[in-house]
Amino acid sequence: MTSPTSTTVTGTPYGDGRAPDTPRAAGRVAPGNTGSRASRVLGILALGSIVLLVLYGLVWSPPDAEMADSVRLMYIHVPAASFLYAGCFITTVASAMWLRRRTPGWDALAGASAEISLLFAAITLGTGSLWGRPTWGTYWTWDARLTSTALLTALLVGYLALRRLDVDPTARSTRAAVLGLLLVPNVIIVNRSVEWWRSLHQRSTLVKLDPTIEGQMLVALMVGFLAVGLVFTWLLVHRFRVAWLEYQSERLDLDLALAERRAEAGHAGEARESTPA
Amino acid sequence: MMAMTHAGYIAAGWGGAAALVGAYAAWVLRRGRTLSRQVPPEERRWS
Repeated sequence: MTSPTSTTVTGTPYGDGRAPDTPRAAGRVAPGNTGSRASRVLGILALGSIVLLVLYGLVWSPPDAEMADSVRLMYIHVPAASFLYAGCFITTVASAMWLRRRTPGWDALAGASAEISLLFAAITLGTGSLWGRPTWGTYWTWDARLTSTALLTALLVGYLALRRLDVDPTARSTRAAVLGLLLVPNVIIVNRSVEWWRSLHQRSTLVKLDPTIEGQMLVALMVGFLAVGLVFTWLLVHRFRVAWLEYQSERLDLDLALAERRAEAGHAGEARESTPA
Repeated sequence: MMAMTHAGYIAAGWGGAAALVGAYAAWVLRRGRTLSRQVPPEERRWS
């Protein structure tokens, strides 16, 4: 293990953050943050697509004949809901892989994806409520789609709360992974709720080859999927790296605590031996 | 240019989403920078 003092730069063990790059043994440079060349390119693409989404969603696309301008909320709401599903799917797969392989990368991916899914759930519920007020006349109704989405959000909150329990890290990850396995079945319930129960919420408009929206509005929605997808991916890359750093930091703290306990035990043994009987 | 109907709802939806994502992204980047100081370069495998 590398000694924490071997690469001290300025008061903190591995650099002060303002000098972002520190040399690594193999000659490559380790960044002082979670950025990389690929993530920077991804970030620039995400920002560009957000500008395009603002132009298409708020300026270039026309108002809908029935929903008028409130349709513009759909360009965020629908992609956010779709990537909420994608995030839950990633968490469930990563949870299953953690239970099978027990490698920290899968656990970090599951946690990172669940946190971003919660963010997208908040955006989905928020934009949906704001769309519902002028369209349905209410911010909230106990409709099958809305209620099941709220339950999925509660499940994500529970999952993340479980990950913050102050217990043995392996046991904590295992408990969270078991809960993580339930996310995809819940997503299926949310997605199919408009078919299984009488619902105020409209049915899927894009899964058919002949979507019920068209023209500039369809282009705006596709740009929304592109922008939200790139933002989701960028966030996932950075949050995964943060989760990895959290794991490494926790492991180093544990190693340090064990070394201190061994040193204390060693001193106590020496003291006992030197004491005359 | 024609006035936009439901402008308040649209502004709240788009603005709220942007604020949430922006705040979360800033928190993730800041936390990554803080943790990078505590972890040896060998464990920061991206470049």
